[in-house]
Amino acid sequence: MTSLQYRYAAVVAALFFQLGCTRTPPQSDAATPAERTSTLPARVSPDTTASSTADDGQWIMPARNFASTRYSGLSQISSQNVGQLKLAWTFSTGVTRGHEAAPLVVDSTMYVVTPYPNLLYALDLTKPGAPLKWTYKPDPALASQGVACCDLVNRGAAYFDGKIYYNTLDAHTVAVDAKTGREVWKTKVGEYTKGESVTMAPLVVKGKVLVGNSGGEFGVRGWLTALDAKTGQLAWRAYHTGPDKDVLIGARFKPFYSQDRGKDLGVSTWPGDAWKIGGGGSWGWISYDPDLDLIYYGTSNPGPWNPDVRPGDNKWTAGIFARDPANGQAVWFYQWSPHDLFDHDGINEQILLDLPIKGQTRKVLIRPERNGYVYVLDRSTGEVLSADSYGYNTTSRGVDLKSGRLIAIPEKATTTGKVIRGICPAAPGTKDWQPSSYSPRTGWLYIPHQNLCEDVEGVESNYIEGTPYVGAIVKMYAGPGGNRGVVTAWDPIGRKAVWEVKEKFPVWSGTVVTAGDVVFYGTMEGWFKALDARTGRQLWQFKTGSGIIGQPVVYRGPDGKEYVAVLSGVGGWAGAVVAGGLDVRDSSAALGFVNAMKDLPQATTKGGMLYVFSLP
Amino acid sequence: MCSHYRENGGAAGQRGSAAKHLSVLLIVLALSGCKREERDFHGLPAGGTITNPKVREVPFVAGGSVPADSRPGPYEENAYAVSQGKTLYNQFNCSGCHFQGGGGIGPPLMDADWIYGSRPENIYETIAEGRPNGMPSFGRKIVPDQIWQIAAYVRSMSGLLRKDVAPGRDDAMQVRPQEQSTQKAKPVQSGIPKSAELP
Repeated sequence: MTSLQYRYAAVVAALFFQLGCTRTPPQSDAATPAERTSTLPARVSPDTTASSTADDGQWIMPARNFASTRYSGLSQISSQNVGQLKLAWTFSTGVTRGHEAAPLVVDSTMYVVTPYPNLLYALDLTKPGAPLKWTYKPDPALASQGVACCDLVNRGAAYFDGKIYYNTLDAHTVAVDAKTGREVWKTKVGEYTKGESVTMAPLVVKGKVLVGNSGGEFGVRGWLTALDAKTGQLAWRAYHTGPDKDVLIGARFKPFYSQDRGKDLGVSTWPGDAWKIGGGGSWGWISYDPDLDLIYYGTSNPGPWNPDVRPGDNKWTAGIFARDPANGQAVWFYQWSPHDLFDHDGINEQILLDLPIKGQTRKVLIRPERNGYVYVLDRSTGEVLSADSYGYNTTSRGVDLKSGRLIAIPEKATTTGKVIRGICPAAPGTKDWQPSSYSPRTGWLYIPHQNLCEDVEGVESNYIEGTPYVGAIVKMYAGPGGNRGVVTAWDPIGRKAVWEVKEKFPVWSGTVVTAGDVVFYGTMEGWFKALDARTGRQLWQFKTGSGIIGQPVVYRGPDGKEYVAVLSGVGGWAGAVVAGGLDVRDSSAALGFVNAMKDLPQATTKGGMLYVFSLP
Repeated sequence: MCSHYRENGGAAGQRGSAAKHLSVLLIVLALSGCKREERDFHGLPAGGTITNPKVREVPFVAGGSVPADSRPGPYEENAYAVSQGKTLYNQFNCSGCHFQGGGGIGPPLMDADWIYGSRPENIYETIAEGRPNGMPSFGRKIVPDQIWQIAAYVRSMSGLLRKDVAPGRDDAMQVRPQEQSTQKAKPVQSGIPKSAELP
């Protein structure tokens, strides 16, 4: 090992020591850091931040690691033998709303968070069939179902220091003892009666639980909050609109582009007091770079969707922040979609890699963004190194790398009283929340996404606290080609797609990729599929009971075998037509998504079930 | 109907000695049809004409059955008020959750399923008082007269009002069949709150 590798090994060891739990020793099939390095293509430098959390047998946070690679170093299941994959066991969650969460595996226990009412199940992996150890019920407020824009989803939990942390729909964060299921603390983080809900999976960084709100369709004021992991006490809160002191913008704030510099831009880029109800929540993904000691996360769409009532860049919505996790102070910001016109939230996953770019190894952040571009940013500074289209786009011509600004096509700007047709990508973007994975073996990203366009008419929007604040009538439909879903293998250095797999329905599940060169994902019909990571060829599939919109994970069981687990249970924004029993005669139902999903009720029914697979 | 009368009347006048039976027909139409356009500029007294709606969600009464309240809602036959109800439905953000009847955050309103009852007073109660699974109470935000108008419009969404009372046009992009051409969906109280499906 090089000295660099020793350093990372030490970091890993220190982290385990800090976690203070007993873990199964690494098995022979797990790739050691040295082995993994040797299999890397020459052009990809060792993935520095990815290896900083947990060994390959475990899955302690939805994104797998702080770098958010969703890459498993296990290789027992490989592109050679995945065709023999068999169902090992199942578990019914008893909940019928959309299951977007990633199961966690810590030591010999699996943890599953359900959609509302946000039950937490602990399953014993040491026994045949993984029987239930305990169930924790947080009892979120019934009425909070009325402020969830897009089904009653939850994107998962995070493990740290003997506790499982997750959020409830009625805007509470809970810490649950991982062994006993006993509630350690429960903190109210938002006011659901004002339209705030929490659907995201928290991330625990340096003893702080990071949580953000949803509610960009309810006129909330967006924020990210840090809670003390031990006590649940508020450590800091950074708002995403309003004066600098609320946004935690201070002396350290050095945005790369000039339009993001100036005093109180979170007020001056809005008319009047519109920033107070301007949206900009953070309901998506957070990544962390331990070397730079920065967290990265995006902000949601500005509210309302109708842009006419909020002239200006509407900072700090639809952008990305780098912050110091200790005090929340902003370090840089970049805005994907200034004055967003299409509900293009900026909350997708960011994958932290060290890549050779123009002969130099750069610390980058890769973001397959909702507005249709795969961005490569320098994660030290927020500079856009490249931004390339990965789907059909009629709303913008690209990104001006000098100014950093999206080059909008004015004819597609939405406005009051006029129907604008052929807007691509539609409101859920080229990709929504569903997270990509990255394999250091191929050097490619595996991006699950959609191919949708829409017609939009802006209408009057009235702010009434606790009710939606949208002001747009939307009607979505399939983009060119008719396939509503795509899985794209993307080369971030070559800046192009390597292969694509088309799906009938949006691919609303996450992907995971393994050292066995297999990519797993699910379809909304309910197929769980394995692709060859190098060619995209389908190697295996299994039909689950309901459509899949969850995040697959890979782990090593106490028996030393490799397992793949995924939640089935259709829903989410894309599947609301089934989960909510919506009427397809109304094209505008579920913010217009129903029009693109009229045939989903014939393809699947609702019902939450965990499926776990292994080789015989 | 009244505008039809005016248009038809003008056309008939040009023909001078048009058939008498046509004018008789028009008078009949005028007398019967104009209730549809009746406007009460004072609005209903607080609480509505059904001043004390007997809200009952079940036909099953302990101590013996009593006849259900069969009085119609105040605006069931008033196209003007139903049209106002449609405007208010959008302005008060009902459309934000139920959209144009297909549902999304809240349940669909154009289908046959009713969770808390399909009668005008049930819908009035739902809007005014809220319901436990996410329906906010609008009683402090919307005056009773307007709640009755919205309730009548909500019933038109699943074809429960007369075709000549239900709205026939949208003010914005058309996204659903018009209310007046929506086939009547016989109300079924099969709809249970989504949360009741939970473990």
